[in-house]
Amino acid sequence: MSIHLTLLKDEPAFSPEEAIVCPTCDATYRLVQPEKAERAICSRCHTVLIAPKRKAGMQIIAVALAVVVLIVAAVFFPFLSIRAGGVTNSVSILGTALAFEHGFYRPLALAMILLIVGVPLARAVLSIYVLVPVVLEKPLPPGAKTAFSWVETLKPWSMVEIFVLGCAVALVKVADLANIWFGAAFWMFAALVILVIVQDSYLCRWSVWNSLTHPRKP
Amino acid sequence: MVRMEFTDPPQKTMIARDIGLVVCRRCTKVHARGTCTHCQRCGQRLASRDTRSISRVWAWWWAGLLCYIPANLYPMLETRTLVSSQKDTIVGGAVELFHHGAYGVAAVILLASVAIPIGKFAAIALLALSVSRRSSLSGGQLRVVHEVVEYIGRWSMVDIFVVAILSSLVQLNALAAIQPGPASLFFALSVIFTMLSAQGFDTRLIWDTRQKAGTA
Repeated sequence: MSIHLTLLKDEPAFSPEEAIVCPTCDATYRLVQPEKAERAICSRCHTVLIAPKRKAGMQIIAVALAVVVLIVAAVFFPFLSIRAGGVTNSVSILGTALAFEHGFYRPLALAMILLIVGVPLARAVLSIYVLVPVVLEKPLPPGAKTAFSWVETLKPWSMVEIFVLGCAVALVKVADLANIWFGAAFWMFAALVILVIVQDSYLCRWSVWNSLTHPRKP
Repeated sequence: MVRMEFTDPPQKTMIARDIGLVVCRRCTKVHARGTCTHCQRCGQRLASRDTRSISRVWAWWWAGLLCYIPANLYPMLETRTLVSSQKDTIVGGAVELFHHGAYGVAAVILLASVAIPIGKFAAIALLALSVSRRSSLSGGQLRVVHEVVEYIGRWSMVDIFVVAILSSLVQLNALAAIQPGPASLFFALSVIFTMLSAQGFDTRLIWDTRQKAGTA
């Protein structure tokens, strides 16, 4: 499904259903129904208003399932090990956050678990919860709209890609004083970064909200 | 991917506020102004212009700045080895890396922990000030500034993750041990506060000021 936008000319005020308003700059356009896969871009501030993709719902569900599996597995598999002078130390993903478990750092440990595990997991689970009924053309589950609001709100707080960059920096720092061993969880997290980016590139806010409003005709 | 072409050149842009419409900034549903206070689709509070936006931006901005000062004064990492014990601040740690020849990593740390936060404070202040004063920047330029701040700002968190990974991994009994320093807490708070500051900004205000000045 795609939507074509034309600039609204000197026409009289019309009903809200016919309009699309850019949330970034408040420019208003008349909503005209689809041609082929195109992106609708605000002509004033160039915000992408609508960017539907073919079979986006199914793709997002598939990727979100993979994200859930990878995150859950990454929590249980070994992450990193270090060895120097006969002493070995291993940490898990959660173990890295627990570096902040003492004293007044404790909120930071919780924040870090949320940023690298909790938020990405919650976004994937909520996307599945909302989009599976939409794709199957079933009635919406309770709280579907609230759930999708959270998928959008939490987006900037999912920091797996930043965590992986942090790994790279940390490893360069200790590389010359110790041997490092990468566990399965490390590679899972690297794959996770790519999946989260793919997931977000398929997610068109306007299209999902549209299908949540008219659930029977996706 | 086809970029949208408009049949008419964008000479005059219709503004939702001027024709009695208001858009929900969360789900983009359009409402007639004055018919409801909350979005009928997602329940978000509706406001044609968020009048409290600028004071919220400044409140988080000052909170972020206040946390950024101790984040630079206190040590970020405390390293203890057999022969020595040392406490590094953010800049001190990067300088240390530079001396060891790890130029790339030193650059990443300096970029993420010094250049991005300072640039971000400046950029958010510029945005907030440009709404209340005349500025020579166009709406398009200011929008790019806001987009960059929203996108890049999160990456400052990388230093916190480095501290977490190092201090959990490097626990080699007497040989070497790394502990997080107080700066890590302040730095993380500073990043979170400035993210909230940038998110609180109502971008539509940029375009209102431009339009009044005739540079939209």
